[in-house]
Amino acid sequence: MTDLRAAVAAGALGSEESYRELLQAIVECARAIFGAKASSIFLHDEETDELVFEAVAGEGSGDLLGVRFPSSRGVAGWVLVTRQPLVIEELEQDPRFAREVAESTGYVPKGLMAVPLLHDENTLGVLEVLDRTQQAAFSLAEMELLGLFANEAAIALDLLQRAREARAVLQEEGAEASALARLSERLAKAEPEKREAAERLINAIDELLS
Amino acid sequence: MDESLPAWSMPAEAAKKISIGDWPEQVTRDWAWGGATGKGVRVCILDSGVEAGHPLVGELEGAVAVARDEEDVAVAEDAEGDLCGHGTACAGIVRSLAPECSIYSVRVLGAGFKGSGPVLLGGLRWAVEQGFDVVNMSLSTTKRQFAELLHELADTAYFRRTVLVASAHNMPVESYPWRFSSVISVGSHEDPDPQTFFYNPNPPVEFFGRGVGVEIAWLGGGTIRSSGNSFATPHIAGISALILSKHPELTPFQLKNVLYLTANNVGGGR
Repeated sequence: MTDLRAAVAAGALGSEESYRELLQAIVECARAIFGAKASSIFLHDEETDELVFEAVAGEGSGDLLGVRFPSSRGVAGWVLVTRQPLVIEELEQDPRFAREVAESTGYVPKGLMAVPLLHDENTLGVLEVLDRTQQAAFSLAEMELLGLFANEAAIALDLLQRAREARAVLQEEGAEASALARLSERLAKAEPEKREAAERLINAIDELLS
Repeated sequence: MDESLPAWSMPAEAAKKISIGDWPEQVTRDWAWGGATGKGVRVCILDSGVEAGHPLVGELEGAVAVARDEEDVAVAEDAEGDLCGHGTACAGIVRSLAPECSIYSVRVLGAGFKGSGPVLLGGLRWAVEQGFDVVNMSLSTTKRQFAELLHELADTAYFRRTVLVASAHNMPVESYPWRFSSVISVGSHEDPDPQTFFYNPNPPVEFFGRGVGVEIAWLGGGTIRSSGNSFATPHIAGISALILSKHPELTPFQLKNVLYLTANNVGGGR
């Protein structure tokens, strides 16, 4: 049981950071492909019914991570509750709404594309792309492309949530499990020489306790 | 409806009674909705509420809000209007196509994400009970636990002559109710003509309506340009309202046929 838990823990603790990096890579890529000013991924926090910035590329990327707002607000909220992708242009013409949108973007964009992140039967969050290059009118091909990014982001978000859940379980299991989890993670990352020494030590502890 | 019609079987002498005499040799757009205004047709916008009196929407027949109750959901008169603008946008599109139809708002969105499944179901059940002619659903749920009940409701609506027009997903996900064959499912095309629509010979999405660069009603009386299947759906709902105002006897099955026969890629929009 402990072996199993430790193995899971090594995966859980190490992978959370990797999944965050993957989400970041997705928004960076989406921003580049659409030639957009910014792109962000929101996670829907079911406990509080809020949307949380999980990854941001471009404008506002510095201080938006972790920022929360109610899930019923703004364009991201529309997309979350309707499960429908949406594109809005000429946003700046409506200052009142623009302020509300800015809450979910960090600045007032001219236009935005937003798509729900659906995985299995769960609506996990929203992906937004702000101020894409406006050389041509918006096309359905762009919507399709955004859908592809959304699939990728939904899988990454699902993995991130699972990793967090696993960590939460470990923390609930108490200090012993957490220490073992940390140990497994360090072992996996250690230099070969150090790892060999550590493995000998662990085997000795195992013998001692058995 | 003729109450004396046989319900479950058809004796020989009944054939005359159910003869549909005025069906034209060729269904054209002129026959289907030429001169129609939507008058007499009741359209329900199942959404985030509707801003009454918006220049693009006009007056509403009524508005209710559906909210979670302790055990189920409760339907109460809605004085708050639209909480986010989505429903007002849909209502404005229906109105632009069918200027004299009656629009009723049933608010099932806007109070957060939690509990949105039961609220959606409760709102749809209420709408079907009211006997609206057309229900616009620019939304869907991915939760399988609601799929069966939604399916039953969609079938009930179909047999009670309430046409459900629902937004399809343009992503490979299972969501409802648009995937049910008893509803009219709608995706987007890029043509700017509001009356251009296409039948899709590769379902599950059955029709494509105008969904790109649409001038939509915005909260506070304004307008904005937006794209999405959410806005393609009320285009088909509006055209359905036009057809039903000219041919109120049509069942949802017949209406779907008329839409098929008048689609731009079938009848060439003739």
